[in-house]
Amino acid sequence: MLDVLTGFVGELRQAGLPVSLTESLDAAEALHHVPLEDREALKYALGATLVKSSAHWKAFETAFEVYFSMRGPQFDIEAEEGRESSGERPPGDEGGAGRGGGGGQALSDEELAEMLYRALLSGNDATVAAMARQAVSRYAGMEPGRPVGGTYYLYRTLRNLDLDRLLERMLEAARSETDGHMTALEERLARDELQSRLDRLRKEIEDEIRRRLVADRGTEALARSLRKPLPEDIDFMHATRDELAALRRAIHPLTRKLAVRLARKRRHGRKGPLDFRSTMRHSLSTGGVPVDPKFRYPRPARPEIFVIADVSGSVAAFARFTLHLVYAISSQFSKVRSFVFIDGIDEVTRFFEGSDDVGEAVHRINTEADVVWVDGHSDYGHALSVFWERWGEEITSRTSVLLLGDARNNYHASQAWVLSEIGHRARHVYWLNPEPLSYWGSGDSIVGEYGVYCDEVFECRNLRQLEQFVTELA
Amino acid sequence: MAEESQPPGPLGFPDPGPARFASVPEVRERLAETGYLADEGIAGVVHLADRLAKPVLVEGPAGTGKTELAKAVARATASRLIRLQCYEGLDESKALYEWNYKKQLLRIQAQRVVEETSEGVSEAKPTADSWHDIEGDIFSEEFLLARPLLEAIRASDPVVLLIDEVDRVELETEALLLEVLSEYQVSIPELGTVRANRIPLVFLTSNNTRELSEALKRRCLYLYLDYPTLEREREIVKTRVPAITDELADQVARIVRSLRTLELKKYPSVSETLDWARTLVVLGVESIDAEQAKATLHVLLKYRSDLERAAKELSAEDTQKGR
Repeated sequence: MLDVLTGFVGELRQAGLPVSLTESLDAAEALHHVPLEDREALKYALGATLVKSSAHWKAFETAFEVYFSMRGPQFDIEAEEGRESSGERPPGDEGGAGRGGGGGQALSDEELAEMLYRALLSGNDATVAAMARQAVSRYAGMEPGRPVGGTYYLYRTLRNLDLDRLLERMLEAARSETDGHMTALEERLARDELQSRLDRLRKEIEDEIRRRLVADRGTEALARSLRKPLPEDIDFMHATRDELAALRRAIHPLTRKLAVRLARKRRHGRKGPLDFRSTMRHSLSTGGVPVDPKFRYPRPARPEIFVIADVSGSVAAFARFTLHLVYAISSQFSKVRSFVFIDGIDEVTRFFEGSDDVGEAVHRINTEADVVWVDGHSDYGHALSVFWERWGEEITSRTSVLLLGDARNNYHASQAWVLSEIGHRARHVYWLNPEPLSYWGSGDSIVGEYGVYCDEVFECRNLRQLEQFVTELA
Repeated sequence: MAEESQPPGPLGFPDPGPARFASVPEVRERLAETGYLADEGIAGVVHLADRLAKPVLVEGPAGTGKTELAKAVARATASRLIRLQCYEGLDESKALYEWNYKKQLLRIQAQRVVEETSEGVSEAKPTADSWHDIEGDIFSEEFLLARPLLEAIRASDPVVLLIDEVDRVELETEALLLEVLSEYQVSIPELGTVRANRIPLVFLTSNNTRELSEALKRRCLYLYLDYPTLEREREIVKTRVPAITDELADQVARIVRSLRTLELKKYPSVSETLDWARTLVVLGVESIDAEQAKATLHVLLKYRSDLERAAKELSAEDTQKGR
């Protein structure tokens, strides 16, 4: 057991979770107090001792499923193999040929689908689990020895089960139960209920696939292919759809934390001038001797922010997250104005005003802002010169200008003089580039050309770096 | 102060003392008796906290029963609940202990009066002896004001210590807690070290408004309280609002779950679910339809944009709308 634990802790560290020595000792100690055959209890014992942040729970869960997938009575893979192997174990030759016969299986495809449908409709978890196992062995077509994480197997299984149709069928059944008199609300609730059952089925299938993969490839190899970056380390430029969703979830608590931290910093940072009135008032308790001088709270000038963001395809996600973050802490600034461009430029401040929902506003930018001038390929030069013409006058010595983008200009003229002009008027000019430092200046990237006129150019590839920058800005 | 070593347990951990709970199912049972429905994870962590003599750091969205958990554990173990509410600017004298200097002053003055009356008008110069007496006297337990942390350590009866909203104190102040949390002792320079007779169960709650320090996290077990599952929420509603019918409780739980799948600014918390259930009971609602739901949604949701979105979703006519 200790070996498994050591391997598990090693895997967590590989995945980026900070697990200290004391924590792994605690985990070892905790194992004495939970029944090892109880998988849930084991999971919570390890979770409580090893994982100290909810953002890391997902990574922990994945690793746990891999390392402890074969514990617990219902997961006894040997017994099951014995039961089923007669029917369908040679998947090598069957998997490719597809789902024609099922190799002398007792159930046909239709029967399997029917049983699954009934089990889901009645909410019978045990049967659903058994069906999930059946479905995996039949449809996934797993090939031993391939270094994969199982996503494709999952896709194959789900495609064959056709969950969407299943959902519609079950809804149909639920509807007919109430003689077709279902209010919109009831229908909605029924749908959510069935959806959650389907989610459970999906999870069963995932578990089953993972279990088989572990049996096939061994824990460590599989853990390596399943490893995913933590939300704060996801690269903006290359995030998949799931990762973007994870980012969106992560940005909410982040903005809240940031706002609290900045407000505190502002209050406690420096001491203001002597507050004579308050000092005298407090001196009364020491007989009129001003022992404890009181100071006014400082009122530091709040910077004005101009955000100029490239929202063309490759860097759109980055621009969105940065805008989100800047607006979430906009109370720290006296004014925030935002401009987006591709080859045309448009002011989008109006989308944020009067809306308390930043996400919604960012969404509206994507659909409503007028940012295309000629062909919809980034043209920094044109966008910047238009900006200077129309809004340049409004930059004052209190303004900080943020430029977001990869400065890939498609070999158009750079018009870098605009930046130099902006630099003369504004307090600070910063450039945030979502590309890795080593790519800067390669190909059509001209960030170097602009960079000379900026106070500083930052590499800003993930939430961690973005958060750091915004903290320093405010 | 010479550190006397803790009596090590079988594995080099401080001895947690006799078990408060025999097993995980027993934790659940006894918490349920006090009206707190724990799931497997919660009960497991509480059990571990008792056995490992470790504090529990409870995090999660507001209104999922973090503080309630500590209270329920106190009730279940028939312990006194000592609560330290954290806030910005909390310091040693509010959290650990403080010398009652007014009483100390009185004591010194009383001494002087005694000396003056006994020695007449002569200048009462404190001799070395009497100085020692007074010093020993005024820095004794009698003049010590115990604040929650010290009180929990000194208590002879069973206690549960709740350190509420620990994320509100500054990072530097967190260090105050560390000695108490890992060694269960408080060092007072003038008195020596006060050590716990019986290690108390400690719960820290955090709303996650800032990242807690590694040092603090390392010393704690971590429990993330998320919104409950449908079944558990239904049971909670039934337990806490006894007047509710089974059917209504089920509907309430299901609607709340549907709401939590939407993209809202603030999801309805368990306490808001309970408020809503009570509202419906008071209004005499037997089963909810969309209209009633819309009319009472403001109990559940506290943002205008959320209300609008939820109302739209709940009465959405088109059934094709997938999520």
